[in-house]
Amino acid sequence: MIEVENLTVAFGHGPRANRVVRGIDMTVGAGECFGLVGESGCGKSTLLGAIAGRVKHWQGAITIAGEKVGPVKRPLAQLRRQQMVFQDPFGSLHPRHTIDRTLMEPLRIHGIADREARVEKALEQVGLPGRFRFRYPHQLSGGQRQRVAIARALILEPSILLLDEPTSALDVSIQAEILNLLKDLRERSGLTYVLVSHDMAVVAHLCDRIAVMQDGVFVEISSRDAMIRDEVHHPYTRMLREGSLGYRPAAAVPPG
Amino acid sequence: MPEQPQPLLSVRNLTVAFPSLHAVPPAVRGVSFDVGREKVGIIGESGSGKSTTGRAVMRLHPSATRITADRMEFQGENLLAVSERRMQAIRGHSMAMILQDPKYSLNPVMTVGEQIAETAILHEKLSRRAARRRTLDMLEKVHIRDPERVMGLYPHEVSGGMGQRIMISMMLIARPALIIADEPTSALDVSVRQQVLTILDELVGANSMGLLFISHDLNLVRSFCDRVLIMYSGRIVEELPANALDKATHPYTRGLLEALPSLLHPKDRLAVLRRDPAWAKT
Ligand SMILES: Nc1ncnc2c1ncn2[C@@H]1O[C@H](COP(=O)(O)OP(=O)(O)OP(=O)(O)O)[C@@H](O)[C@H]1O
Ligand SMILES: Nc1ncnc2c1ncn2[C@@H]1O[C@H](COP(=O)(O)OP(=O)(O)OP(=O)(O)O)[C@@H](O)[C@H]1O
Ligand SMILES: [Mg+2]
Ligand SMILES: [Mg+2]
Repeated sequence: MIEVENLTVAFGHGPRANRVVRGIDMTVGAGECFGLVGESGCGKSTLLGAIAGRVKHWQGAITIAGEKVGPVKRPLAQLRRQQMVFQDPFGSLHPRHTIDRTLMEPLRIHGIADREARVEKALEQVGLPGRFRFRYPHQLSGGQRQRVAIARALILEPSILLLDEPTSALDVSIQAEILNLLKDLRERSGLTYVLVSHDMAVVAHLCDRIAVMQDGVFVEISSRDAMIRDEVHHPYTRMLREGSLGYRPAAAVPPG
Repeated sequence: MPEQPQPLLSVRNLTVAFPSLHAVPPAVRGVSFDVGREKVGIIGESGSGKSTTGRAVMRLHPSATRITADRMEFQGENLLAVSERRMQAIRGHSMAMILQDPKYSLNPVMTVGEQIAETAILHEKLSRRAARRRTLDMLEKVHIRDPERVMGLYPHEVSGGMGQRIMISMMLIARPALIIADEPTSALDVSVRQQVLTILDELVGANSMGLLFISHDLNLVRSFCDRVLIMYSGRIVEELPANALDKATHPYTRGLLEALPSLLHPKDRLAVLRRDPAWAKT
């Protein structure tokens, strides 16, 4: 469903250019959930942004549903196929648009009928009451904004969802509901996901394969079972796995 | 644990209501708690009033918001009565908040380096050049790779986790007596998170600072904080020593513990919480 070949993304030009994604290859099958974990600042959001069409100056090749896509100017139909949930919903929701408008707009742009019913359904799926439709983003809590962002991605019924930390602002009971919803959607409609998260338990819950990223490259791609059974190899992967079990006071951490 | 004579922050019966055309219950309803020189965690439902409580203590809400309390004292000063001018001084020096979307609380038209340096100039009376040095040190301290480059970036050019660490580095310079941190590490990978929390831990220990730590990460709160408050629908429904979180009795807290995915014990579907309207009453 998604094929990425030798993808490179750099910010800035010439000798001072900062290569953030450095020659990544990845293939995600239809109906697969591909997990992405790694160091803060290693390029996860940038990689997702390139697939989504938000980051525009990349090199390499990206193929989505058998169609080659270019860095700029993607046709509307191509853009509709994949939707992204951004890491920072505050930045991705228009501050002066009500939730209603935020959800209506993509439907209008893509000429979809039945808008009223779709907006209601999308809000219900993410557990938000209908009265929130007429609020602005700043009148919602962090987790409520995050759920609006998820609803906006679902409303176009895409075949690919690119999820950047979709549940890190949610309490675990609502996180459980969203994760169950994502599983249901996948089983029912065969959705394909790429999920970025720092929570290894969340990634292992949803994903079949997990790529571990550091400094712009994948250092290991592990299966879900290998991650659960502690059969991972790269030292960084091992450290992330260990660390996902809680905070240890400095005294308890072995030096080095 | 030694008896704590006077808490840094003492809040009794705090209620916060946003202006609304409809009759909606206040976002925070009669909340009481103290924070001493310790790490107090707040966990709770999305929309239960955690951020609203923190912002009320900092007096960051717009003036149309109705805030009442029997007591809201910080270091013996009545926060409900002090002038806006005095409040600004308190916010600058003794009490600080890391907001939930840190990137959006930074100034979008100034590089992150300039903003950290400004804090250093204000708090440590450093020269421009010394402030630059200090900024580099701080970015290194919070484990930002290539700090020279990052200093010159604007807030929209840094990653989610870098934004959080930039805010934390400013706290390390300002050294307030109380930090209210609203999900300060949610975008950090576990190893950087461990390092940043160690720094905060040291501040609480060595500087006798107080920390109010809002988080959704139950395992983190359990292992990092001293005490934990659990909020549901505008109220504190339970309070526990953090390491006794497993012994929680409120059905909401129990439900949270059961909804947690586990790496070692995977399940096909996660347990969901059946919310009882009665929890929102009492
Ligand atoms: N618009 C931009 N201009 C310059 N540099 C950028 C820009 N966007 C991202 N970067 C840089 O690219 C690097 C990777 O950022 P990215 O947001 O992809 O990280 P990430 O893996 O998502 O991290 P996190 O887990 O903290 O969110 C960072 O060093 C960041 O400063
Ligand atoms: N400016 C506002 N006007 C009206 N309602 C608001 C405003 N800000 C917040 N609210 C509402 O107040 C309630 C409490 O919000 P708050 O941000 O304190 O929640 P929270 O506990 O921090 O949740 P989260 O974990 O999702 O961040 C929510 O229902 C929210 O929609
Ligand atoms: Mg990111
Ligand atoms: Mg909040």
